[in-house]
Amino acid sequence: MSGDHDHDHDHHGHDHDHDHPHAPPQPDDKVHSYYQILGVALKELLIEKGVVEAAEVRRQIERRDSITPANGSKVVAKAWTDPAFRARLFADGNSAVAELGFEMTTTKLVAVENTPSEHNVVVCTLCSCYPRDLLGLPPSWYKSRAYRARIVREPRAVLAEFGTRVPDDVAVRVHDSTADMRFLVVPMRPEGTQGLREDELAALVTRDSMVGVAVARAPER
Amino acid sequence: MRGPHDVGGLPEGPVETEAHPLTFWEKQIDGLRAAVGAKGLVNTHENRAAVEALGHDAYNTLHYYERWTATLCRQMIEKGVLTQDEIDARVAAVRRRLADTGELETEGGAP
Repeated sequence: MSGDHDHDHDHHGHDHDHDHPHAPPQPDDKVHSYYQILGVALKELLIEKGVVEAAEVRRQIERRDSITPANGSKVVAKAWTDPAFRARLFADGNSAVAELGFEMTTTKLVAVENTPSEHNVVVCTLCSCYPRDLLGLPPSWYKSRAYRARIVREPRAVLAEFGTRVPDDVAVRVHDSTADMRFLVVPMRPEGTQGLREDELAALVTRDSMVGVAVARAPER
Repeated sequence: MRGPHDVGGLPEGPVETEAHPLTFWEKQIDGLRAAVGAKGLVNTHENRAAVEALGHDAYNTLHYYERWTATLCRQMIEKGVLTQDEIDARVAAVRRRLADTGELETEGGAP
């Protein structure tokens, strides 16, 4: 669920663009349901009444598109290489990611660390709460009923469906997100990465490893 | 009794682990909701309460962004921003326009 506030209130105005695709509609862009039509109708009415501007809607979409899991990957790589940053990240996630220029102000960010004895995985059983200001929009499976229902009851089985086998002697902790609290998993640094630069390490940190359904990628040999 | 959103621990089938990207329409709804939220018209907690109030039938039938569209509609009426009549009229107009331009795939019925 969104807890975002756009602090950018400047108006460019004079925008008569209805955000309609000018290219022929693609198969996925066809309108299938009543709700899709309702969505178009709501957008048109809210723009006509001056509640929002077309440019603002577009800016929100662009903002969403600009936030990707690569932001989180940088945070994890920094935590792997800088012990002082790592300590700050676990003490106060929001302040630590702000050091790297990632603004997360409306929800609390809690970082949890995978270790040889503990594997962490994140869910929002009630909805779709996700650290979207850091990682972008949640993947479709994160919002799915199957994931939300089962990860809290049989996490090892669900992780296996993602191809992640957690050994029996490693504890699995499942974190259920709330509207106010979002989790970032710091995966274990892979073996054989001693000589890698921070940006090379970041490339090993996938979105799925930061949700905890996967581990960080092994470096190429 | 569990609300429709309270699915933690319920039996379910396999997880579809391949993420699919958002469609153009889903991005539009996401952006519209974010823009309305940035105006201070609705907040996260109102949004959550609105989705939870959809009821079992609607919650379990609608896709994710369909739920968000349904709740945005209800919120705009409740807050006096839009009326049901003007929404109905605009939905009919949009439907005619999309049919004319070939963008309407099926005649989706109102719930």
